[in-house]
Amino acid sequence: MSDQSKVNGRRRSLVIASACAGGVSAVATAVPFAASMLPSERAEALGAPVEADIGQLNPGEKMTVEWRGQPVWILHRTQEMLEEIKRTDGKVADPKSERKKGELTPEYARNEYRSIKPDYLVVVGICSHLGCSPQDKFKPGPEAFESQWTGGFYCPCHGSLFDLAGRVYKNKPAPDNLKVPPYTYLSDTRILIGEDKKRA
Amino acid sequence: MAAAEKQAVTGAGPFNGLLTWIDQRFPLMETWRSHLSEYYAPKNFNFWYYFGSLALFVLVIQIVTGIFLTMNYKPDAAQAFASVEYIMREVPWGWWIRYMHSTGASFFFICVYLHMFRAMLYGSYRGPRELLWIFGMLIFLCLMAEAFFGYLLPWGQMSYWGAQVIVNLFDAIPVIGPDLAIWIRGDFVVSDATLNRFFAYHVIAVPLALLALVVAHLLALHEVGSSNPDGVEIKNVKDPKTGRPLDGIPFHPYYTVKDTFGVVVFLIVFSMVVFFAPDAGGYFLEHNNFIPADPLKTPAHIAPVWYFTPYYSILRATTDEFVLWVLVPGVVAFALLLIGSMKKSAARIAVGVIAIALLPWLDRSPVRSIRYKGPITKTALTLFVIVFFVLGYLGTESVSEGRTLAAQVGTAVYFLFFFLMPWYSKMDKCLPEPERVTSR
Repeated sequence: MSDQSKVNGRRRSLVIASACAGGVSAVATAVPFAASMLPSERAEALGAPVEADIGQLNPGEKMTVEWRGQPVWILHRTQEMLEEIKRTDGKVADPKSERKKGELTPEYARNEYRSIKPDYLVVVGICSHLGCSPQDKFKPGPEAFESQWTGGFYCPCHGSLFDLAGRVYKNKPAPDNLKVPPYTYLSDTRILIGEDKKRA
Repeated sequence: MAAAEKQAVTGAGPFNGLLTWIDQRFPLMETWRSHLSEYYAPKNFNFWYYFGSLALFVLVIQIVTGIFLTMNYKPDAAQAFASVEYIMREVPWGWWIRYMHSTGASFFFICVYLHMFRAMLYGSYRGPRELLWIFGMLIFLCLMAEAFFGYLLPWGQMSYWGAQVIVNLFDAIPVIGPDLAIWIRGDFVVSDATLNRFFAYHVIAVPLALLALVVAHLLALHEVGSSNPDGVEIKNVKDPKTGRPLDGIPFHPYYTVKDTFGVVVFLIVFSMVVFFAPDAGGYFLEHNNFIPADPLKTPAHIAPVWYFTPYYSILRATTDEFVLWVLVPGVVAFALLLIGSMKKSAARIAVGVIAIALLPWLDRSPVRSIRYKGPITKTALTLFVIVFFVLGYLGTESVSEGRTLAAQVGTAVYFLFFFLMPWYSKMDKCLPEPERVTSR
């Protein structure tokens, strides 16, 4: 009887040990499969910076350049637009760009206009909510989504609003301001997007 | 059982010898009998009971048309859109196969929604059918995943931006969110890598899971037996001699014939859509999806296909303020009330979030079927259906202040239907259930 239980006990330990070993190898085997779903070397390499020529961009106009497959907007703001930005301070959720500082707003853009030069706004045109690209609604005046609209961007997907500095309106689905990418002025009319002086 | 002990197939038939030969090696007749010719289903099934077999039929359509579509489709961001157009214009009968597949997707959801509504009407989810209901919910989840992955494949504007929005939902998860979203996409934005893997999910991974779950759903159904519009168990009253339920009739031939009739009517309606209105006015095939995907430009008006719009409305309705003042207090109150009223096991609350999968435990009515339930439950179910349609409609429209408010009210009603069910189903004045099924 005791022999029997000894054998059974040993058999039990063996079963548990082999099940553990098998389980560990199964999990270890799953790792390469899961890793194969990460961005490939090629996708990583495509994140190179791009250059934009803003010499032809008139005041009030916007241009879009592609960086890492995302739209980057460059908006040449007029004097009136800059005035409007001051007026939206009370309506936006994060007027001083204090949330997720490093990720959303590089140090050199952490000012009233969220840009290096007040005239030119450079932001990634992807809504911080669920990644739609908001539309231009530069003309101030009453709109269906906001009765006292002072100009900015409107996201068609879920109705988030951003002012002309890419700052998100309070109590909208989008949690954060539009992201300012790392960028630097190569000359007065050329901007390098994706890299700033700090790293260059 | 030893092969020799098995009975030979009796009766006059040219294939009896062959059947006996197979039966000694494989349980063919046994399976036939236990699932069809001697599976006893209640005799009082009505119109609502068509949709289970119809859903199965649409699954077959989707698999068959899907196989033929993969023969010409190219899961490549540079070629996908053009390959779908190639199927539509140049492959012989390609348009027909593709329209069957796209219309089939919508009809799959129509059948499944009606099938689920049937369960809610007649309390089909009540014990002992809880696991049957949960398998059904998992099938529904797989179906939504299948529809979502499949919708990226034509690589149109709506495909692209729909995927962008849904994948970004994961981005919002704290800490692991951003890395998780990159892992799902395989890139920093929705791209060729994303399309390629969604193709893999759509044509092999999810269908395999779906088929396995359908088998589990049917096995669970045949284990517990079908419910019926009266919500009473036919197993309670059996013929003392044969042991068969008095109110049961064999599935074959009675319900195979009935369901075949259902399939014929279904095919008439289905063909009318496939041939005359395959885009169903923009509801089955969205007009913006006839424009190739452009990662730099979101369409002015973005809405998912109709079957997702109720949930899309709920998503849009949940602004910070709404979550803070309505949803969080609601869930907390629900949990507290449930603890207070149950006291048996606190573990039950842990599952209190996925409302609809919990129906078997939320419904505490003494009766199953709507026929014997009281006015409160009838009102609640009616409200729920209305709200489901209203949310569905709002999901197809663009946002405005008024519509957001309406969606928020709708969202609250949608959740209250589930959260308050343990109380209103219990306090409702129900009629007594009959002993046996009625024929109405």
